[in-house]
Amino acid sequence: MPCVRPDGTLSGSGRAMLEAVQTDSTVADVVAKTGMPLFRVRSGLRELVAADLISETGELFSQTEQGAAKARSSG
Amino acid sequence: MTVIEQVEARPGLPRLNEPAPAFEAVTTHGPLKLSDFEGSWLILFSHPADFTPVCTTEFMAFAEIYPELQKRGAELLGLSIDSVYSHIAWVRNIEEKAGVKIPFPVIADLDRKVATAYGMVMPGESKTETSRCVFLIDPKGILRAMIYYPLTTGRNMDEILRLVDALQTADANGVATPANWRPGDKVIVPAPNTTELAEERAGAGYECTDWYLCKKSL
Repeated sequence: MPCVRPDGTLSGSGRAMLEAVQTDSTVADVVAKTGMPLFRVRSGLRELVAADLISETGELFSQTEQGAAKARSSG
Repeated sequence: MTVIEQVEARPGLPRLNEPAPAFEAVTTHGPLKLSDFEGSWLILFSHPADFTPVCTTEFMAFAEIYPELQKRGAELLGLSIDSVYSHIAWVRNIEEKAGVKIPFPVIADLDRKVATAYGMVMPGESKTETSRCVFLIDPKGILRAMIYYPLTTGRNMDEILRLVDALQTADANGVATPANWRPGDKVIVPAPNTTELAEERAGAGYECTDWYLCKKSL
């Protein structure tokens, strides 16, 4: 997976997207904050939601408690 | 099986101005869905196989026009019937040997689901490889253009850029584009479909060859 490695640590793009949703953010916000293409952000957010690191409410994405802990860690 | 039965058994090609076939696929940039590209133009293209000479020149050429495509709000997505590991090895090899980084994702279509949905395999040419197909899909997911090239002929990147420009110009201005049109050239005003409109056209200030063929500058 491009965002979460098999050992549970985050790739560079995964970490960038997780950090971009420290506050409630739309897909467009994450594109603006990370500079990644729209398709890549949509795919990455879907993966991070599936990994319970990000929650999705309507059009907004934010860190879960697990995601916030992951963002504070080095892995 | 008779010839007629063989023809009927062939999977159909996608059709212009209809929704492009949806897919979810493994790519070199992770799992991607067609819907991930909504809001952007998408150029979905197939190549016969990784580590082959014509395809390598095409990948370098696609990488070269990628910045121009991005300026037009368009993304690239490659495809072949190879594994994602083969794709990764090939794009790394292109970067190592030719100094060209491949910035766009490539679908690993080992189960041929995407290739079949888009009619990319031409059994008369090769039963195991995709032909050189190009599909232009608009930001709403509608298939707007298709180009098919044979295995032996590398594609023309200028034509792909020109096609994107032509479609975007047509959409933005309600016009058509003549043969060999380039951005900045005059465009074709749609032909009138009533005698009244045909008569009114005379005073519209267009450059007309006849009532049905009129051009204007944008």
